Amino acid sequence: MMNKPPAVSARGLTVVRGARTVLDGLAFDVEPGSVTGLLGPSGSGKSTLIRAIVGTQAKVTGTLDVLGWPAGSASLRSRVGYVTQAPSVYDDLTARQNLEYFAAVLGVPRRERPEQRDRVLSDVDLTAHADDLAGNLSGGQRSRVSLAVALLGTPELLVLDEPTVGLDPVLRRDLWALFHRLAADRGVTLLISSHVMDEADRCEQLLLLREGSLLASGTPRELRDLTGTDTVEDAFLTLVDSARQHEYPR
Amino acid sequence: MNATRTLATSRRVLRQLSHDPRTIGLLLLVPFLLLVLLYYVFDADPRSFDSIGASLLGIFPLVTMFLVTSIATLRERTTGTLERLLSMPLGKADLIAGYALAFGALAVVQASLATGVAVWLLDLRIAGSPWLLLLVALLDALLGTALGLFVSAFAASEFQVVQFMPAVIFPQILLCGLFAPRDSMQPVLEAISNVLPMSYAVDGMTEVLRHTDPTGDFVRDAAVVAGSALLVLALGAVTLRRRTP
Repeated sequence: MMNKPPAVSARGLTVVRGARTVLDGLAFDVEPGSVTGLLGPSGSGKSTLIRAIVGTQAKVTGTLDVLGWPAGSASLRSRVGYVTQAPSVYDDLTARQNLEYFAAVLGVPRRERPEQRDRVLSDVDLTAHADDLAGNLSGGQRSRVSLAVALLGTPELLVLDEPTVGLDPVLRRDLWALFHRLAADRGVTLLISSHVMDEADRCEQLLLLREGSLLASGTPRELRDLTGTDTVEDAFLTLVDSARQHEYPR
Repeated sequence: MNATRTLATSRRVLRQLSHDPRTIGLLLLVPFLLLVLLYYVFDADPRSFDSIGASLLGIFPLVTMFLVTSIATLRERTTGTLERLLSMPLGKADLIAGYALAFGALAVVQASLATGVAVWLLDLRIAGSPWLLLLVALLDALLGTALGLFVSAFAASEFQVVQFMPAVIFPQILLCGLFAPRDSMQPVLEAISNVLPMSYAVDGMTEVLRHTDPTGDFVRDAAVVAGSALLVLALGAVTLRRRTP
């Protein structure tokens, strides 16, 4: 990883939805090959930032480059894997059929599709449910089908919007292990949002978002040291309090 | 356009339907049963059955494909699969053509069944070829698919989208010449009926009913229906946005 350009680079990134400025002048870089956590409370703009990165958000201003291209470029569509917060798969298809369709859309050659389909099913531990209709699966299983779709092809950047919410602890641990394996073995960059702060320690880099602004960024250790706290959650709360004092000085 | 992605989309749409045998059953059987019903409604006047039956063969595929497509594409929009697809290397034309092919295939089966029943079982007397009836029925189905795709962009829920059926389809049924000849309507209504595509679908069916060979009017009617379908499909493509607010 010598001097590779950042996987995502934002400068003055602003997004307006309706009358509201949801993201306000963000500037950050995501290291290539890293597992970066995007943390912040609900409504802080995490999903909007993710949609801007994958190119589905309208009214994005400022600079936002993804893998060296402006976000949303056609050439990025097969290089970036995206998982929305709510599972976006067809409930009236089986897990296997969902994967076969999305693999075809991604342009995976026909002879490679069965192998890829089976690989991603085992990555998310759903091989036993491959022939169940997605609509009949549990919420956690359905979101894993959605995650499996993002693993198809050879994405260089995976952008995951709260992929572990509502999953049991064992599964969460397994998925985080998978995320680190993807980064270590295949050099994939992962940007993972969460509002659960105890997941922060599983990330190498963190971006802390609050009300559309970047509160802080760095490794979990840097953030803890910066604030003199023991956990990232406490670090976040300390940073929020000091930001508030700055906004509403008494 | 990319053939692999278009065909994969058609296959996916048909696979979704294949998990829903009740919908397939209703799609195929309802038109056929309604024709049988109509046959006995005109028990004493079989020649009225000829003209109304032929018109209905054009209206059924339009109505059913409108409903199926509007709900299917609304679901794509609301469940996030559309956003996901448009973040992938899928062209809008691939998606639309995929839907049109899948529902077109279904419409061929539906219209064949209904036309076959009408002509051979219910003794619907047509001067022209049943193949021409089938052609118009297929074009109507495409028009229904196109309209359904288009209106789904203006609905936020399935409740809203089904309301487009009385709003978009019923006026066309009232004005298409099924209830009264179009040239006998109040002139403003006649003018409106002249710009509604379903009028041409029904006119086309009537041409097949009355003439042994395809007439110039028939060709014009079929071309108008096909052209309207393509126009509305293009409008539908405009409503598919890669970037949404």
